[in-house]
Amino acid sequence: MRLEHVLALALAFAAASASAQDRHQGRNLAAQCANCHGTNGQSQGGIPGLAGQSRAGMIAQMNAFKSGQRSGPAATIMHQIARGYTDEQIALMAAFFAAQKPAR
Amino acid sequence: MQNSNRRFDRRDFLKGAGAAGALAMAGCATTGAPPAKIGRVIVIGGGYGGATAAKYLRMWSEGAIEVFMIEMNRSFVSCPLSNLVLGGSRKIEDLTVGYAGLREYGVQVINDEVTKVNVDKKTVELKKIQDLAYDRLVVSPGVDFMFEQVGALKDPKAHERVLHAWKAGPDTVALRQQLEAMRDGGVYVLSIPRAPYRCPPGPYERACQVAHYFKQSKPKSKVIILDANEDVVSKAGLFKAQWNGQYKGLIEYRNNSEVKDVNLATLSAVLDVGADVKADVLNVLPPMRAGNIAQQAGLITANNRWCGVDWLSMESVARPGIHVLGDSTLSAAAMPKSGHMANQHAKVAAAAIVELMNGRTPSQAPMMANTCYSFVDDRNVVHVASVHAYDPKDKTMKTVPGSGGLSAAPSELEGSYANAWAKNIWHDMLG
Repeated sequence: MRLEHVLALALAFAAASASAQDRHQGRNLAAQCANCHGTNGQSQGGIPGLAGQSRAGMIAQMNAFKSGQRSGPAATIMHQIARGYTDEQIALMAAFFAAQKPAR
Repeated sequence: MQNSNRRFDRRDFLKGAGAAGALAMAGCATTGAPPAKIGRVIVIGGGYGGATAAKYLRMWSEGAIEVFMIEMNRSFVSCPLSNLVLGGSRKIEDLTVGYAGLREYGVQVINDEVTKVNVDKKTVELKKIQDLAYDRLVVSPGVDFMFEQVGALKDPKAHERVLHAWKAGPDTVALRQQLEAMRDGGVYVLSIPRAPYRCPPGPYERACQVAHYFKQSKPKSKVIILDANEDVVSKAGLFKAQWNGQYKGLIEYRNNSEVKDVNLATLSAVLDVGADVKADVLNVLPPMRAGNIAQQAGLITANNRWCGVDWLSMESVARPGIHVLGDSTLSAAAMPKSGHMANQHAKVAAAAIVELMNGRTPSQAPMMANTCYSFVDDRNVVHVASVHAYDPKDKTMKTVPGSGGLSAAPSELEGSYANAWAKNIWHDMLG
């Protein structure tokens, strides 16, 4: 997905929402991932870090989890979590993580 | 720092607000260029909820909110993974993390205990230091126990013999010592209260851990689970498969077995119906409610036990300006009282508080996710996961249809993820 598309989605989402705070929706959604993937996607090890990963790559991974294309023993948990989010929410999270500089 | 769209840079921030915060504690003038302050938030409790809220308030306000976190313990000790201390594969030190990282974010960590919240004056009274004023208050005290519902446990002296070990720390170590001192051929009795209680799968994980220890060191011994509930509350199929598998003959599960009293002379669990159950080690999890300070502050709104909140901000439905997190809250449907969930509550609260203190409206579409890992032995792990979205019609959090689920079976891969989860969430909350 191109940057323009993500921005368009983010804008559409913000416009549809009742509050100005939704400009932080990507940040807030991404914060849900931090428990396992580290604050702002900076993993402390053992689980992949998300900071600085490609936006398109993350969207593709989440879609593969959602569709069941990535499943079986190696998927363990992410296929179940990915199904909790809409395409728009995934795009917002991916844009947030792509914009983070990996610390290590 | 003025531009809220600017990406937060921790190093820049530490040079300014972090140092300023540390000096402010000593009553000195600030140095550098601290951001314009928009108010003070006091956070009561430095567990999974409170510590996360303190860090994210500093991070997301870019230092504009002054944050005091008041915690009675010197260090954080994790309840998740603490059953492994009973199983023998971890030491309590492995689950202990200091608060130095939060100070780097400019959180003023105060080792003290709040004895009273003065809701009208917006101040808190403390044991050691003078009263502190707040603009908003975050209350994340975890649970306290309803000992009065377990007869003889009303007497605090009884707690030296009959432990709950449902708050990780010295109690966990003491329970391990009781298990170590027990004769081979002894009986460990674990009593589980009616749901809701802190950590739904935790008691069943504990039974597995104690059975794991017995299997290695005291194979003639036995675990008896007295469950007040009709059935295993969480991961039922996965746990029962362990009890009928690697722990066959070691674990006996009895449902509908509510413990109403304990007989200290015979060390027995006294049941509502049926015969008393004699133990060599008796471990009673009493019914639980929101922490004492939540009760004092008038935040309890449901069944004399839990605190109702507005899920958009985690603000109390009873006390405006006070936000409640974690186990103390009246959980939404299918939302567990877990450390992971408390961390998610904290982020919704932190985001909302930053907006409210800037005179803006909080997000109207909060989301939360939960993951609970349970160790069935020293290496193999199972999970339960869920995703929760705000429903504007019913004004509550609801699980997203089609999301969430359980492990198919225990695995070492999930064991490695559970350990990595701990490392990451402790860092996410404590810096």
